[in-house]
Amino acid sequence: MVILKCPVCGGDVSVEDDALPGELVEHECGAQLEIIKQNNRLNLRLAEEVGEDWGE
Amino acid sequence: MRIGLLYDILRWEEKNLVEESKKLGFKLYPLYTKDTVFFSNELKLNEDIDIFLQRNVSHNRALVTSFIIEQMGYHVINDYNNLILCENKIFTTYLLSKHNINVPKTYVAFNRISALEYAKKLGFPVVVKPVEGSWGRMVAKADNADTLYSYLEYQEFTNQKYKDIFYVQEFINKPNRDIRVFVIGDEVPVGIYRVNEGNWRTNTALGAKALPLKIDEEIREIALKVQKIVGGFFLGIDVFEDKERGYIVDEVNGVPEYKNTVRVNNFNLSEFLLKKIAEWVKR
Ligand SMILES: [Zn+2]
Repeated sequence: MVILKCPVCGGDVSVEDDALPGELVEHECGAQLEIIKQNNRLNLRLAEEVGEDWGE
Repeated sequence: MRIGLLYDILRWEEKNLVEESKKLGFKLYPLYTKDTVFFSNELKLNEDIDIFLQRNVSHNRALVTSFIIEQMGYHVINDYNNLILCENKIFTTYLLSKHNINVPKTYVAFNRISALEYAKKLGFPVVVKPVEGSWGRMVAKADNADTLYSYLEYQEFTNQKYKDIFYVQEFINKPNRDIRVFVIGDEVPVGIYRVNEGNWRTNTALGAKALPLKIDEEIREIALKVQKIVGGFFLGIDVFEDKERGYIVDEVNGVPEYKNTVRVNNFNLSEFLLKKIAEWVKR
């Protein structure tokens, strides 16, 4: 597990070591977050909102 | 087997594909499109990849990344052409109709007045759908001219891509369910009923319940015929049942979701798909 910082509330978010970018995590503060990779390290950003062109 | 996975959100399906390819001993290269930059003069990737699987949830990203990857000389499931035909409901409807597949009676109008006028000829209720869109979003049923007018006006003031093209369909009086079947390669291995007691829209995204479907010969033939017409290797086809007219094809999805299908059928769709892709690559 890796501990990352929630970009919204600053709280801790733990994710799997082998998590892939694009994985969504819901934080206890209510934020919907998205795992990303920056300089080979996992990070979090606020998830993109559902787009007009989304869906199967 | 080395498969590239083009995706923008890691949904259940994509995670499952990662897991199942591990089990099969295939190498999977996830390509997170949102943080990838493509240069037009660099038409090569560092990795050696046999084939790509398109899994972007955004239609725009799916279309564009399929196209770019194809220009690099790779095959993509599904390819750019196929996605164009599936994502635009006008293209799908006309193409299927031309090839004698039953589709809902549909007309396309380019202004509100004629869109309204021809609904009377078709008979109410009618269904208005965005030309592109999914999960049942913005799909509306109008029981009379008043309601229809409001929907058309509403559409014109949205910021949809095709806000001034009106796609209007007869309302199929189906049972409280519709059918979703999957085409994988040249097979139709699995499908579901999507049952909604409370809403005429049977998208599972809108709370419809999935139930296993027994695929009969007729629906298998229709699905394969649709696949021949629109192309593509992996499709999700939505079908209505009409008491008099039989099966009516409503939509074709080029990047289908299948979480519920796997769950209720106890069918490992990811594994099936990956094996089929491997067979196809070997040919
Ligand atoms: Zn938080």
